[in-house]
Amino acid sequence: MTVETNLKMTEQELRSFSEMNGEPSWFTELRLRSFAEAETLPLPKPDKTKILNWNFTDYPVHTVTSSAFNSIEDLTEDIRTIVDLEQKNLYIQHNNTPAFSRVSEDLAAKGVILTDIFTALREHGDLVKKYFMTNGVKADEHKLTALHAALMNGGAFLYVPRNVVIEEPVQVVFYHDDADASLFNHVIVVAETSSKVTYVENYYSTVAKSNGLANIVSEVFAEDNAQVIYGAVDVLAEGFTTYVNRRGVAGRDAKIEWALGLMNDGDTISENVTHLVGDNSIGDTKTVVVGRGSQKQNFTTKVVHWGKNSDGQILKHGVMKDSASSIFNGIGKIEHGATKSNAEQESRVLMLSPTARGDANPILLIDEDDVTAGHAASVGRVDPLQLYYLMSRGITKQEAERLVIHGFLAPVVNVLPIEGVKKQLTEVIERKVR
Amino acid sequence: MSTLVIKDLHVEIEGKEILKGVNLTINTSEIHAIMGPNGTGKSTLASAIMGHPKYEVTSGSITLDGEDVLAMEVDERARAGLFLAMQYPSEISGVTNADFMRSAMNARREEGDEISLMKFIRELDSKMEVLDMDQDMAQRYLNEGFSGGEKKRNEILQMMMIKPTIAVLDEIDSGLDIDALKVVSEGINQMKGEEFGCLIITHYQRLLNYITPDHVHVMMQGRVVKSGGAELAHKLEAEGYDWIKQELGIEDETVGQA
Repeated sequence: MTVETNLKMTEQELRSFSEMNGEPSWFTELRLRSFAEAETLPLPKPDKTKILNWNFTDYPVHTVTSSAFNSIEDLTEDIRTIVDLEQKNLYIQHNNTPAFSRVSEDLAAKGVILTDIFTALREHGDLVKKYFMTNGVKADEHKLTALHAALMNGGAFLYVPRNVVIEEPVQVVFYHDDADASLFNHVIVVAETSSKVTYVENYYSTVAKSNGLANIVSEVFAEDNAQVIYGAVDVLAEGFTTYVNRRGVAGRDAKIEWALGLMNDGDTISENVTHLVGDNSIGDTKTVVVGRGSQKQNFTTKVVHWGKNSDGQILKHGVMKDSASSIFNGIGKIEHGATKSNAEQESRVLMLSPTARGDANPILLIDEDDVTAGHAASVGRVDPLQLYYLMSRGITKQEAERLVIHGFLAPVVNVLPIEGVKKQLTEVIERKVR
Repeated sequence: MSTLVIKDLHVEIEGKEILKGVNLTINTSEIHAIMGPNGTGKSTLASAIMGHPKYEVTSGSITLDGEDVLAMEVDERARAGLFLAMQYPSEISGVTNADFMRSAMNARREEGDEISLMKFIRELDSKMEVLDMDQDMAQRYLNEGFSGGEKKRNEILQMMMIKPTIAVLDEIDSGLDIDALKVVSEGINQMKGEEFGCLIITHYQRLLNYITPDHVHVMMQGRVVKSGGAELAHKLEAEGYDWIKQELGIEDETVGQA
């Protein structure tokens, strides 16, 4: 069946948008090709969630113009809660407007690039071309990736040359305070051979209710022997329909670690896939989620083993309250030839209300004999014996529940390397589970 | 002085009666020991005092200084001064031992009068030293991955930090080697005083080599069938339980067949 795609833009408008941004012609072509393909490509099929009548195409306006920040002192109070004024490597996008960016002199001298995606397309077009929807996410995978490629209106580019080790985390903030703004952001993180970087991004929406869409793609490339830690805290307001696809490709001896705090208040399809292409590569995914209200969400976490002796770990913890409903798909896939690989996963869902729904769906797909794999999944209420134990020390039931829930979501909170972001996630959890 | 009074207590679990009329009075400054073979209701008594969700009190009463303990929620019982060192403490992932203990101490204080972090750390450090515990235990998740002995020490550590009026120690000695037993006993002995009463539940007399009880009780068939002084424990160690069974005409001491 086909779904009517009532795109708000014409091909001509898209072409002018691309020209206005000074995009290279290959990119304009990619947009236009994808724009046409989006008409006919089917929607993705996240396991166990029907999205045929979700709105992925209707949004108020493609691009809004918002203020930039001339200096770090100009940042709004909201942003300052998550950004330390000392933060050396920082990019902030305000709705769709690149609003602030800086890279330490030291890193710039070493060839590190941190910039908005449009600047990257203009100034580092060949580099972007090498990575943009080529080896990670493909534009023609389905309707939403095609729409993303066509409509991309923001994002960031982080490039770490070979052997460069960045100790302090790089921070990117997507700040949203315009209810009519939509986010079609594309992030590329490239860590060349033997480099190391920690990237932390925030989707931070301060509007009460959004009318917009989010169609987000992040591509992470950890080349041979490189290490990438990718932290994210998504706090997109109610009203957003979100498709977010974060994908990583790890080379030989490379390691990608994800720490994702997915705290959106709108309906969300989240896909996080790590391809362990090189031998001895490691993919470690930690995801925590809180669902409330009548949110519908689907979280698919997948690690695909291609390289020998590759190790994939998936940990997902979700808390569901009110009549929120979530599917947690965990997929460990070991391809033929990926001998001595290990695929482990653990999905746990804590239900705080009788009308909430949570479904942990562990899947192992193994095409090789000489491997190890394991999974654990559970869906349940807060353990009454845990509450009894905590209460037996004088802690009230409410506080005991709070401790258990925070503890349950701690695996991601603890991994986030930026204090402000850690604190923000803790506070968001506090607010959402209350 | 505080007094915990248990009168004619009957307790069921999943419809099966385990306690069949327990009577016991514990005052502060006293150490009581309850001994008895397996399956006679000792741990059930401990759980019923604290309010374990699976145990249902069908009749009888428990009062602390005249207040009805059975009408209180578990946390209220704790704040009233009761403490239970559990035989199988829960593991709680993501919550550090130190955060948990601070929450427990602050639960007893008014808002705005929370214990200062410095004072808390000083106190925690000194108690952990008494119990010969690694300092890093404070930052580990509550009971997660703790060995049996570490869990027992951690229960006693909590007792020392919280300073309850009446503590019930449920088989705190099980599975401890002799060095650990000495350390745990030292912790309990430090608590002794006018403002502390204790009920020690144990299978083994050896713990009582380090902690001298004022009163020893024997449980069988869900009741206290014999009480005496410290000498009773020695006699049980030397002669076992058969003489009591004979004296009372009991064939099977467990609750099931009675």
